Amino acid sequence: MAHFEETGPRSPVVEPTRVDKVHPRAKWGKTIRVIVVVIITFIMLIPVLVMIMTAFKSRADIVTPPPKVFFHPTLEGFLYLFTDRALLNQGNLAAAQANPGELNYWEQLALKNGQAITGTSDYVGRLKNSVIIAGTSTILSVVLGLFAAYAFSRFKVAGKDDLLFFILSTRMLPGVVVTIPLFLLYKQLGWNDTHIGMIILYTAFNLSFSVWLLKGFIDEIPVEYEEAALVDGYTRLQAFFRIVLPQAVNGIAATTVFCLIFAWNEYAFALMLTSEKARTAPPSIATMLGSGGLEWSAIAAGSLGFLIPVVIVTFVLRDYLLRGVTFGAVRK
Amino acid sequence: MSHVELRHLSKQFPGVTALDDISFDVKDGEFFVLLGPTGAGKTTTLRVIAGLEHQESGSVLFDGEAVDNLTPSDRDIALVFQQYSLYPTMSVYDNLAFPLRSPLRRKSAEEIRKKVEDTAEKLRISHLLKRKTAHLSGGEMQRVSIGRAIVRSPRVFLMDEPLSNLDAKLREALRIELQHLQKTQGSTTLFVTHDQIEALTMADRIAVLNEGRIIQIGTPEDIYDRPATTFIAQLVGSPRINLYNARREDDTISISDSDVHLPAPRGSKPPSEFLVGIRPENVNPDPKGNFTGQLVLAEPLGVETILHIQSGQRTLLSLVPGITSYHLGDVMKFNIAFEHIHYFGLNGDRLQS
Amino acid sequence: MSTIELRQVEKKFGDLHAVKPLDLTIHDGEFIVLLGPSGCGKTTTLRMISGLEAVSGGTIWLNGRNVTWLHPSERDIAFVFQFYALYPHLTARKNIAFPLQAQGESRETVEKRVNEVVKLLRIEHVLNAHPGQLSGGDQQRVALARALVRRPAAFLMDEPLGALDADFRESMRSEIKRLHVLQHATTVYVTHDQIEAMAMGDRIVVMSEAEIQQIGTPAEVYYDPSNMLVARFIGSPGMNLITGKYADGVVQMAGLENRYAVPQGWQSALKKGLDGGSEIVMGFRPEAAQINDRGKLVGKVYASEMQGSSAVLHLTINENDIIHIRTHRLIPYPIDTLVHFDINPQMIRFFNPKTEAAIKPEVTQ
Repeated sequence: MAHFEETGPRSPVVEPTRVDKVHPRAKWGKTIRVIVVVIITFIMLIPVLVMIMTAFKSRADIVTPPPKVFFHPTLEGFLYLFTDRALLNQGNLAAAQANPGELNYWEQLALKNGQAITGTSDYVGRLKNSVIIAGTSTILSVVLGLFAAYAFSRFKVAGKDDLLFFILSTRMLPGVVVTIPLFLLYKQLGWNDTHIGMIILYTAFNLSFSVWLLKGFIDEIPVEYEEAALVDGYTRLQAFFRIVLPQAVNGIAATTVFCLIFAWNEYAFALMLTSEKARTAPPSIATMLGSGGLEWSAIAAGSLGFLIPVVIVTFVLRDYLLRGVTFGAVRK
Repeated sequence: MSHVELRHLSKQFPGVTALDDISFDVKDGEFFVLLGPTGAGKTTTLRVIAGLEHQESGSVLFDGEAVDNLTPSDRDIALVFQQYSLYPTMSVYDNLAFPLRSPLRRKSAEEIRKKVEDTAEKLRISHLLKRKTAHLSGGEMQRVSIGRAIVRSPRVFLMDEPLSNLDAKLREALRIELQHLQKTQGSTTLFVTHDQIEALTMADRIAVLNEGRIIQIGTPEDIYDRPATTFIAQLVGSPRINLYNARREDDTISISDSDVHLPAPRGSKPPSEFLVGIRPENVNPDPKGNFTGQLVLAEPLGVETILHIQSGQRTLLSLVPGITSYHLGDVMKFNIAFEHIHYFGLNGDRLQS
Repeated sequence: MSTIELRQVEKKFGDLHAVKPLDLTIHDGEFIVLLGPSGCGKTTTLRMISGLEAVSGGTIWLNGRNVTWLHPSERDIAFVFQFYALYPHLTARKNIAFPLQAQGESRETVEKRVNEVVKLLRIEHVLNAHPGQLSGGDQQRVALARALVRRPAAFLMDEPLGALDADFRESMRSEIKRLHVLQHATTVYVTHDQIEAMAMGDRIVVMSEAEIQQIGTPAEVYYDPSNMLVARFIGSPGMNLITGKYADGVVQMAGLENRYAVPQGWQSALKKGLDGGSEIVMGFRPEAAQINDRGKLVGKVYASEMQGSSAVLHLTINENDIIHIRTHRLIPYPIDTLVHFDINPQMIRFFNPKTEAAIKPEVTQ
């Protein structure tokens, strides 16, 4: 191949290293920086650590000042979280205490406080509601947002700039302001305390965000790819699925995670617009009552359980997130 | 392959006339180049021919039939862009096969395989078929892009500055390949560029565009030897033509602000004030030369050297073979080949001699 | 005095050796060009000189001062980027004044220097515009002015003409060189375009694959390339290199059965240079070949390029090799025509195919 002058390797994607970062004297600076970052990270994680500890503390340990770092862990919190209990009267209490062997671990635990387990709580049910409502609204926001974003990016839309601003402006409103009108509206529609009502609400709120975010990602995909496909004989829709979508995965992943986090954590609307059937986890966890007020260990345990699905999703999508957050490759 | 004709194409963008009454034709099997500076309207012309943009008036014809109402895919054309033609998530094989897999074509997997392998061999990229496009060098990527255009055997090839993003050396190599490919395949090709060397080396004919209008159409020799305006004279030819204001008094022509006086040409004489153009290869250093100047800069290119000779307040460029041993500041005597001088009116148009 | 010295300077990115240890001395007032294809290490080397990139090894000296670990602002150099890097929110005038103001110069000094530089580059008419309103050429002139205004010890330029239209490149090229002739400031210039390097460089450093291939004046790298890479890279088109078998003073080439009798005086040099091997590479520049109906060598036309006042003919002599011959343009050559030619014996060169190094001729005539 003598006449193809393919000289030189392709430029690799490398991290430039500035003089002030690798100066021999800079090594001390590096150590100090690492220490500072570790300390700050630890401080940021303290609330999470406290929450984990609280989930395993007994009632007494939780309320006694000063806060205890070392304590005897117990599974009481989880008992309060997952079960409904009732106070035993004197007679039943004596009977139960007489035959400890017949009770399982949890029942024994309940007995310590003079209670018997009457059934499972609705915690798992609430979590399920959260999954259904947040999950469905996220999927809807991303899918609808994707098509809208594509249209805004590629087509001549009359009043495009105004429309985009209008979409963005829905985010400028604090949600709490509209809860009362929404409550009345939902009552009229019969959507109070329904899954569908909450899904539509969350989708409406997330859509503005997802359209803006996804439009940015799609703008980054050169239009020449689709034009080449059009010239080759593909329809726009086919070009969209075969060419735009594969390149937009990073953006879609990032948008999905952000929408999911908003819908998952949403508290105010969930509190006001749901009661029994469609109540999600956030309002129900925060208001768990025990015999003397809020059941802190249950709240902590419940929060842990609430945390896990989001952590898993974010972990699974972390590569896409990283790429998406850095908004695509550097172009010359 | 097709004969392409453009008749009175006009197109407006908000605030600017992109195309102003563009008309030309491309013969079947011809390599036709649209040359002009950035913003001249060459890419817009190409996109209108492709069907990606629509003109306000005028029509595009393939083999005598108007294609204005056809979608891009129905026009059976292939487009090669400057960059971003390859789908980054697919392998080279899939990129080449993509046009053949479109719903319009309905080819069997066996037919597709044969076509892809044939094309890869023509462009000498058979060894790259399994690679992901992200792992190719710039030249390899462009060859795959060209392959993707060829693989369908379309009626017309449209190329929009496909070599501009490549290293100089790669551009040289691909120019030769493209020309050879086009001549052996006999494909009607429309090639857009701002680089006059690409136009001169590859074109059968060139159309020079500026500000949405065609200024001259001709063979490379026509454009180089008889540029219709000073704009074209300066655009085509490297190093750039020497162009100056000049005056004629009876039979003597003087280049303003310099010590150069030339005899006026026989036959029709230029007006008293006009523009004179002298190509650097027609300024020849000669120890017995008629003119004198001082060397202010020498640019040795290897096969030839560009000498900047100052005469009065003007600097003339002279092109001489090889690498010279003149020193800056040397007094240079030189001649000018009178028969190759170009005369233009003050408005920039060529004067007939 | 602004001499720059690189001693065993190298750069690694993890396992990737972007620049292998190199030594380079740049003399005061010299215009030196780092030339090579993309990825050869030239830009990385320039960035190490400027301090925008840290060295992995070696030292950099500016005027006898070890600047290896100094911050870019402390090195007294000015950097001109390919994409101008002008501040879009400032006018051209403010852009040019910026470096001096950053250094705390007095208002009068700033005024004076800015006007000097503006006059030199003839950009009086764009001073009040913002970069976004200017053409590429004007933007690059403003970028140059911004570099010049500081009167640094050295100028470092990273492919400053790359973003400009082809015809603009030519005029800016001679402008930059003329500026250099007037100011005589030490300049290190990076480009992948060998035409720029040849036209502008006092010396050219040809780099490839992280190493220096040859350092020399334009005449040296053109007429006496030290290896096949330099021979191929310099010149447009580059030197023709044909592999063949050498025996008894004759080179036998595959394909169209070309045989070339080596000129007198080369035979003993070749015996030594080839070190017993039978394969040889012969090289000649396009202008060294003459088309001649009775020429001893023959090739088949692959393509022909009209280039203005001359033309280049591309011939295949076998399956793999295409050679380029410079010719007058009036004669048309259809594809696959057989063309005969001769080579000027003074301009023939030979290379050892194993080492790719040039074989030096015996010093006789």
